[in-house]
Amino acid sequence: MITKRIIPCLDVKDGRVVKGVNFLGVADVSSPVDLAAHYSQCGADELVFYDITASSEGRKLFTGVLTEVASRIFIPLTVGGGINSLDDFDRVLKCGADKVSVNSGAIRDRNLIPEAAKKYGDQCVVLSADVKRVNGAFRVFAQGGRVDTGMDALDWIQWGVEHGAGEVVVNSIDTDGVKKGFDLEMLAAVCKRVSVPVIASGGAGNVEDFSILFRTLPGVDAGLAASIFHFGTVDIKELKRKLLADGINMRL
Amino acid sequence: MIAIVDYGVGNLFSLHSSFAYLGAESKVTGNVDEIRKADRIVLPGVGAFDDAAARLRNSGLADVLIQETSAGKLLLGICLGMQLLLDRSFEYGEHRGLGLIHGDIVPIRPVVSPEYKVPQIGWNTLHFPKHRKVSPLFKNIREGEHVYFVHSYHATHCDESIIATTEYDAELTAAVARDNVFGVQFHPEKSGQTGLNILRAFCEL
Repeated sequence: MITKRIIPCLDVKDGRVVKGVNFLGVADVSSPVDLAAHYSQCGADELVFYDITASSEGRKLFTGVLTEVASRIFIPLTVGGGINSLDDFDRVLKCGADKVSVNSGAIRDRNLIPEAAKKYGDQCVVLSADVKRVNGAFRVFAQGGRVDTGMDALDWIQWGVEHGAGEVVVNSIDTDGVKKGFDLEMLAAVCKRVSVPVIASGGAGNVEDFSILFRTLPGVDAGLAASIFHFGTVDIKELKRKLLADGINMRL
Repeated sequence: MIAIVDYGVGNLFSLHSSFAYLGAESKVTGNVDEIRKADRIVLPGVGAFDDAAARLRNSGLADVLIQETSAGKLLLGICLGMQLLLDRSFEYGEHRGLGLIHGDIVPIRPVVSPEYKVPQIGWNTLHFPKHRKVSPLFKNIREGEHVYFVHSYHATHCDESIIATTEYDAELTAAVARDNVFGVQFHPEKSGQTGLNILRAFCEL
């Protein structure tokens, strides 16, 4: 039987991981490669790397980081951040990325998802959507979750999947950083609209949050988190053992 | 030397890295002579069947693969690379494969309940058929270990060649083999230590 996936997410700026502090057992908490290796050892099912650098110099560093990670770590790698064109897809795929995550770029250019899916296959295209409640409806936000696009999130996500996105990451702006659990209402709504894998992101504060997520929403396939892993609040090995004990299928 | 066939599709970097990690020499190449010189061949693949099959034919690589395997050379097809080894695929029409292993490639969607997502993306367990000896490809792993799948199609009508299955509502073919030709539906280069152990077994065949 297929397992639910636990996915740590690393924000990389100028070749270093941001938000990596006070982490036990890792030599250099801001080294993306060391952190990635640590997570892989702990049983992470996949890794997500976001390039949050604005400069082209930083972009080159990121490419270097990717190459090193891909040459040492043998679990799936999804890369995002500033993906605006097929050239961007090409660049990261050549360095060892398996999947490419698109967000604002796909909103700006509606041809991006369909063309990338056609060229690389839809299993390679991940739609990442930053979603926030506005007047009772789910709205899509762009530019790092700062700009209200005015678009209905459910419609946008459905459109993306219909046009080639093979997976969806739902980033709830409402719960992100609050650490009181994943946004179950939002996720349930998305699961009703698409039949591709759905990855939950935003809100995890502890092990129980993951358990509630998978037990409440069987339609959610994976849970993504960043700081709770980077800060050592949640240990991936322990998390997976606990989830398995709760009856959730896990790869140990 | 292992030739990783470059015909324009697939994550070649990770495969090459995996073999390097295992200490096995490999080369990513689309060159016919280099492929003929290699002592074993890996056929990767990601994307659409008909496009990939056309590329293999047009480049002459299809003929080379058929000739080399007829002469006994070891071949491992991965993901789409495995699907290409079979007779036919019904992905967007009917398309011809290399015919090295009997069977057809058909969609997963009709054989799994609606709540099962397609493509199957994620880690699932390998099961070995009870009625035959475990394939040497799996000598370094145990029944029930997890490997990483990403696929919307699966191999059928290949019972005599199945060396591993996985359970995704229905029983899906996870790996096939016929003599020196092997195919795995999952990505060993993305399946952590289990995947590396399978690749190592391929190197040791």
